[in-house]
Amino acid sequence: MDWKRFGFIALVIIVLFSVVVMIGKSKQPPLLIITSMLATTIAVATPLALGALSGVFCERAGVVNIGIEGMMLASAFFGWLGGIYMFNIYDFGNALSITLAVLFAILTGGLMALLLAVLSVTFKVDQIIGGTVINILAVGLTGFLNRQLFFGKGSVFGGSVPGSPGVLPTLHIPITELFAPICGTSATCLQNVQAINRVFDQKPIAIGAILLVFISHYILFNTRWGLRTRAVGEHPKAADTVGINVYKMRYANVIIGGLFAGLAGAYFTIESVPSFEPLLTNGRGFISLAAMIFGNWTPIGAWAAALVFGSSQAMLINMQIFRDVIPPQWAFLQESYIVGLTPYILTMFILTGIIGKTTPPAADGVPYEK
Amino acid sequence: MTETFMLSNVETNIVLEAKRITKQFPGVLANDNVNFDLRKGEIHALLGENGAGKSTLMNLIFGLHLPDQGEVIVNGKTAMIHSPNDSIALGIGMVHQHFMLIPVFTVAENVMLGDETVKRGALDRNTVAAKINEISIQYSLNVDPHAMVGTLPVGLQQRVEIVKTLYRNAEIVILDEPTAVLTPQEAEDLFRIMRDLTGRGVSIIFITHKLKEVLAIADRITVMRAGRVINTVLPSETDSAQLANMMVGRQVILTVNKKDREPEADVLKVEGVTVRDQRDLETVHHVSFSVRGGEILGIAGVQGNGQTELSEALTGLRHPTGGKVFISGHDVTGKSPRVMTETGLAHIPEDRQRHGLVLSYTVADNMALCDYYHPPFSQRGVMQPKALDENARKLIKAFDVRTPSPFVNAGKLSGGNQQKVIVARELSRNVKLVIANQPTRGLDVGSIEYIHSEIIKMRDRGVAVLLVSAELDEIMALSDRIAVMYRGQIVAIVETKKTTREQLGLWMAGAHVESV
Repeated sequence: MDWKRFGFIALVIIVLFSVVVMIGKSKQPPLLIITSMLATTIAVATPLALGALSGVFCERAGVVNIGIEGMMLASAFFGWLGGIYMFNIYDFGNALSITLAVLFAILTGGLMALLLAVLSVTFKVDQIIGGTVINILAVGLTGFLNRQLFFGKGSVFGGSVPGSPGVLPTLHIPITELFAPICGTSATCLQNVQAINRVFDQKPIAIGAILLVFISHYILFNTRWGLRTRAVGEHPKAADTVGINVYKMRYANVIIGGLFAGLAGAYFTIESVPSFEPLLTNGRGFISLAAMIFGNWTPIGAWAAALVFGSSQAMLINMQIFRDVIPPQWAFLQESYIVGLTPYILTMFILTGIIGKTTPPAADGVPYEK
Repeated sequence: MTETFMLSNVETNIVLEAKRITKQFPGVLANDNVNFDLRKGEIHALLGENGAGKSTLMNLIFGLHLPDQGEVIVNGKTAMIHSPNDSIALGIGMVHQHFMLIPVFTVAENVMLGDETVKRGALDRNTVAAKINEISIQYSLNVDPHAMVGTLPVGLQQRVEIVKTLYRNAEIVILDEPTAVLTPQEAEDLFRIMRDLTGRGVSIIFITHKLKEVLAIADRITVMRAGRVINTVLPSETDSAQLANMMVGRQVILTVNKKDREPEADVLKVEGVTVRDQRDLETVHHVSFSVRGGEILGIAGVQGNGQTELSEALTGLRHPTGGKVFISGHDVTGKSPRVMTETGLAHIPEDRQRHGLVLSYTVADNMALCDYYHPPFSQRGVMQPKALDENARKLIKAFDVRTPSPFVNAGKLSGGNQQKVIVARELSRNVKLVIANQPTRGLDVGSIEYIHSEIIKMRDRGVAVLLVSAELDEIMALSDRIAVMYRGQIVAIVETKKTTREQLGLWMAGAHVESV
């Protein structure tokens, strides 16, 4: 990763945060605003980071994955559905149902990816078409099943959505407990520590995603698996001549990518809110793709880019808190469609290559013929 | 290693033997009952034209394909080679014509790929680098394990490929057309490395179609033609003419027959042309010369001395930053290729696949690329398939292009036939000037002979020819006058009859020019 790119990312994030701090500082101390925005940023960036990881694994192995959106959507639905089945029909209890729901979501992502692998690696279908198939399939399948199972006449659940097992709990990382003694009797110090603690109080998938970013980065650039994965994405014939099974590597990595997209799907219906609505991924799979490109096909870079997109959403959410103190000339920042545009505008900006050229793997999107 | 080799060399020691190998591809019998053997520590050249079956035989030995019949015996044992893994395990390494290297990986990463050294789950780059350094020093290869492969010159990349085979302890190394991409100096270096390798007991199969190289370096020569082994000979008992004869299957004229001819008026006139390359460096400085009708002017020089940029500037592919270019008195400086073509230029470009052909177009379409927008090919903006077809059939016949039909994609043809498509398109038009850049690079003897004769024909017809080539033999055989380019300048222009190979070589190396 080059510093220019990281510098740009840091700059955008700082600008977005500063705007919120300027507006809200009359109502809340800056530290509290910053930490709460950071917390939101990390949470909101979770599916983007996981989606980008999905893309990184597929494309590093030479398979373009524009089906991340569909994989996420299907996983969000089937994970949630699985949770409801486990909870209502098998009476598995909350914790077990939720855990199984996450596994269902991951598995769904893997199966969708298997379909992409079969299409693009075995049958050498144009990979853009293969990904589009996944996207259309996911929209159709989830919309249809959602209606048939819950809302249709004579549907399985008789016209209403039964109670879901809920969402994953927030994990408390005991920063306050650890650092409180340093503060002694100072109340402001304690408040500050508590504020900082908020950044780290995240849910399991959010924390898992960050760990996975660094683990993936290490795997990709420092292990045998990573070297071979990148080799089949750069020059599959060269890999073949040193005895690497190109098809096997591509299958495995596309499926790994699918598992990541599945976990991203779980974020929506099992970690964020316990409900499903058609098209709920709302283009975030494609933003993941943009994050992957801006991150130059590296996990850490893609995560950093995902944070930029996350921070624009965090800005939008936090702006609601300062509704009453917002100066009239800044009022437009409350409009979701203005701030909501940021990721898309950034994406276009990034893809023009102004912030340094990104280079995809050389054999990305090219089926391998022996 | 050397001592043991010396001892065991008392008897002829066959390390690899291919017996009665037959391989059928759809429509072609690529290998027909082929027998081949390799002795320890020798360089055994496998000579043949493109499509003779050399690469097929090597791919069978290396495990990229399976033979239909026959067997491969390695170190006295029948080997079951189903994949490159099997051949690597048997100590066979192959340096492919198109390098199997990943440009964005370091040398160490490329070398270890597929045979990685891992310490606690992580790639152990340092151990690998140390081993590469060891190999590099042993054979004086001068390879830096931490360099990014994409930044290395072609000659060094090839050494990385050699390191890759040695890293896997290869005792049999197959080099597939290794000199095709090298400059003469790099080729000399490669031959030195090959000698070093055989001196340490490595056996080399050297695939090529260049007669001179075979005679210079090989211990034995096996000639293949049309899927069969024609003969195996010793270099001391043969010569170029006999080898060419075996390769092509008929008498080949290696020397070009050329009648004396009085040149006519200037056709191409270049006045003080200056050109910058894509990095904006000035690579051609104030070059002036002219080519007359009925004359071939050869531009000699080691590659990378501005020949590419000069010929691009003269054909409209690059804007000169200074000077003037005239074709038959018309100022065409900085004009588009179409204007140049219409003024009477035929261009045989250096890179035939990128600038000469549209590989995904049919032969017929490629043959009309220069004047597709004129009748008869186009009537009121609509292409006329019948006219394209007729034109293609006529040219295919006249220029002996070997293609199954005019509707085959140009990309499917062999290199020699691709070049013939370009030559047919360019030379069949009514032109005044031919600029041919490396017209025979990478081609087989038969095609080279043919293209040379076509160029001579143009000259005899009164056309001016500018020939750019890195092959000094080609320049000397064809040209009436020779201009030598060195560091972007023309350092000498002489009549071919009044100079020698040695003199030209000195100029090419930048020796000071006293008199021209």
